[in-house]
Amino acid sequence: MPRVVVDVMLKPEILDPQGKAVHGALPRLGVEGVSGVRQGKRFELEVEGELTEERLAQLHDIAERLLSNPVIEDFEVRVP
Amino acid sequence: MGVVTFPGSLDDGDAQRAVRLAGHQPVPLWHRDHDLQDVDAVILPGGFSYGDYLRAGAISRFSPLMTEIIGAADDGLPVLGICNGFQVLCEAHLLPGALVRNAAQKFVCKDQRLRVESTSTAWTGAFRDAQEIVVPLKNGEGCYVADEATLDELEAEGRVVARYVGPNPNGSMRDIAGVSNARGNVVGLMPHPEHAVEDGFGPGTDGLGFFTQIRALLEAQSA
Repeated sequence: MPRVVVDVMLKPEILDPQGKAVHGALPRLGVEGVSGVRQGKRFELEVEGELTEERLAQLHDIAERLLSNPVIEDFEVRVP
Repeated sequence: MGVVTFPGSLDDGDAQRAVRLAGHQPVPLWHRDHDLQDVDAVILPGGFSYGDYLRAGAISRFSPLMTEIIGAADDGLPVLGICNGFQVLCEAHLLPGALVRNAAQKFVCKDQRLRVESTSTAWTGAFRDAQEIVVPLKNGEGCYVADEATLDELEAEGRVVARYVGPNPNGSMRDIAGVSNARGNVVGLMPHPEHAVEDGFGPGTDGLGFFTQIRALLEAQSA
């Protein structure tokens, strides 16, 4: 069954307190030299049947309307 | 006045109570219905609809009733979104901008002083210009963000409805606590006026004005 992956990340200019909190934990684990952490989301969509151009366009639309909020997030649709 | 319940709404009961104390009849509305039951205004209450899954308000925004509300709001129906309701309105693109996690990474719960910046909306006519009020604020994702051009437009058109007074509690850009659409019938507010409507319960009755105003509006319409 074909799988489509959608990655969603906060836009670079939007503050990411979760990423910041994760970044703050790194020194406590003895990890130095990581200058920043941004946290995002990954969606894996299992598609029934063939992955047509039409189907991909539909999933792109879903990524834009539901999986991400274009005001604060960027997304990428890919077939791994 | 309709009060919508989504799965995970918490403040629908208090919103109904506020409507009642303001002298109106609350009408409970269920998110899966298609019927607005001829209400004269709609409140989207606070809470954690769908557990804030995906993004706060993102799933509720596609409920059958929201489709009706979006259409009715475009026709001028007064809609007030409080907290999670504000998030739903932003997700539905009835209001510009978005609400993201508080800058200080902490859930905020306190009595908050606000300045009412616009009294010309459907929901704020009971207040004086620049009136300061105190109502509860409780949110984890209450940081209002929008691009600079949008913020400038909101300011220029008088669509910043309320601003936080004192230290910014959640990192909201330009201390914005609430905004309206261009027409003024749709208002989103992060703090909770419905929790400040009765003496002895909450920080006072400063919030009541958000619910009495609709009465004035309705009377004006029917006159």
